[in-house]
Amino acid sequence: MIQFQYIRAGTVAEAIRQKAANPEGTFIAGGTNLVDLMRSDVAQPAQLIDISRLPLDKVEETAGGGLHIGALVRNADIAYHPLVEQRYPMLSSALLAGASQQLRNMATAGGNLLQRTRCAYFYDVTTPCNKRNPGSGCSAIGGLNRMNAILGTSEACIAVYPSDMCVALAVLEATVHVTGPRGDRAIALVDFHRLPGSTPERDNNLAADELVTSIELPPRRFAANYTYLKIRDRLSYAFALVSVAVGLELEGGTMREARFALGGVAHKPWRNAQAEAALRGRPAGDAAFAEAADLVLREAKGFGHNTFKIDLARRAIVRALSQAARGTPQSQSNKKIA
Amino acid sequence: MFYLSKITADKRLKKGREIAADWSFQHWGKLSMTTIDHRSPGQTPADPTDEADAHRGVTRRGVLHLAGGAVSFTVLPHAGAQAASSPAPTAATAPVQLTVNGEARQLEIDVRQSLLDLLRETLDLTGTKKGCDHGQCGACTVLVDGRRIVSCLTLAVTRDGASVTTIEGLAKNGTLHPLQQAFIDHDAFQCGYCTPGQICSAAGLIAEGKAKTPDEIRELMSGNICRCGAYTNILAAIQQAMEQS
Repeated sequence: MIQFQYIRAGTVAEAIRQKAANPEGTFIAGGTNLVDLMRSDVAQPAQLIDISRLPLDKVEETAGGGLHIGALVRNADIAYHPLVEQRYPMLSSALLAGASQQLRNMATAGGNLLQRTRCAYFYDVTTPCNKRNPGSGCSAIGGLNRMNAILGTSEACIAVYPSDMCVALAVLEATVHVTGPRGDRAIALVDFHRLPGSTPERDNNLAADELVTSIELPPRRFAANYTYLKIRDRLSYAFALVSVAVGLELEGGTMREARFALGGVAHKPWRNAQAEAALRGRPAGDAAFAEAADLVLREAKGFGHNTFKIDLARRAIVRALSQAARGTPQSQSNKKIA
Repeated sequence: MFYLSKITADKRLKKGREIAADWSFQHWGKLSMTTIDHRSPGQTPADPTDEADAHRGVTRRGVLHLAGGAVSFTVLPHAGAQAASSPAPTAATAPVQLTVNGEARQLEIDVRQSLLDLLRETLDLTGTKKGCDHGQCGACTVLVDGRRIVSCLTLAVTRDGASVTTIEGLAKNGTLHPLQQAFIDHDAFQCGYCTPGQICSAAGLIAEGKAKTPDEIRELMSGNICRCGAYTNILAAIQQAMEQS
């Protein structure tokens, strides 16, 4: 780990000022990803601006019937918050599917949004990686790419964005609130993360001088018909090979509203408007589910080691839609797939 | 010249580790027996190997420190030569106040220091173990302000003012913590390396109150890896302690 200057911010305004004054600096809150990246010399910030004491640690109801989650609320505290458990069980489930309880006790909401890929080449500073060192090449294409992306990839990068939380947030259509020297702005969660394209070094659309302040959940909750199904190499404490978050609104057996997002397959939580449109107004059942899965995956591309993910994703989508339709969401402690 | 001396240093360090590893391996059978035999009721099963080694007047850490000394000797002259041409950056330090196992500590630390290294290297509380140093194994689990976290991914400076409880702080007034006793009762370890982390993690789990069923305990303990595979007995031990709490 290189030397850095440590600065502790007492207010949001001070944090923004410090960042503007230290463009080579980085905010630190939970540190679960950043400290690891610094230890591997992937991240080499000249300054660490500690924002962990800022007053962004509340979960509050919004006037419109939604929920505001402060950027510094710990992942475990979101997952177990009574309002989240009751109203947004999909979010609670996705959070509990990620990491370990120790890490969830440390990691913050904002940090989860900003966590970086776990692509092995991104971490290995002896290998080319366009995300870590733009222009150096992608070692995962033609390399060991079992964990890498099958959707939205580019010639520059096939890294996966690893968050579980954000897969649920994509279905819930959350909003990310940020602030910076130019004032506050709101970014739709589905537009927050980027595809790699020719600039894989940029994970998201947050400007370098901006700070995430909160995540807002809209009033639409999908508390009756939802699931978060995560398929991974071991039953717990592993990143997703494929994960699926689903939210349905049923009338009789018909899907009035249908949303689903995939994790573990792309550079951002993956939604497909056409596939969801193919579900709306149809009876909930395997025929519609399989059609939707095919629509999502017709553009999928494997890179050898990860080609199996295409079939795995297809089956996971059908299974997850069926779990949500039946009202039997995947348990995150009893791992038998419902 | 630099590379040569660095290689020599690496070899010596490796040799030092091999010596230490061989030494503890030769004494392995005896160590695991003496671990329990020598413990008085007030002692914690924090670091059975260190504890047992200490009875022979030599510690594993002592052997490693000797090896480390040899390395510094080889490398230092070069580091001095380098400093003459381009001054090495000075370490940024910061004052940190921590309450560790009930005792207030005022420290001036390198801002890069993890809480794990602070506990082990500065405060000599070696019960907390360094496994992967990447937050993937849970061996370094401690309680900070009552909540379990991994100390390896925690920069100590960010926890200024916090209260830290390690495995050394669990026993009270000469009586083992119910989890420590339960781990002994159920033989919930083999090599013991993951045990301090398992016990601190289980203490956090019980305080959280979210796990009721065996499935839930397993899931919420998944951040603690046991390479010996003592999971069945670890689960039984946690269930026993949970019933007592």
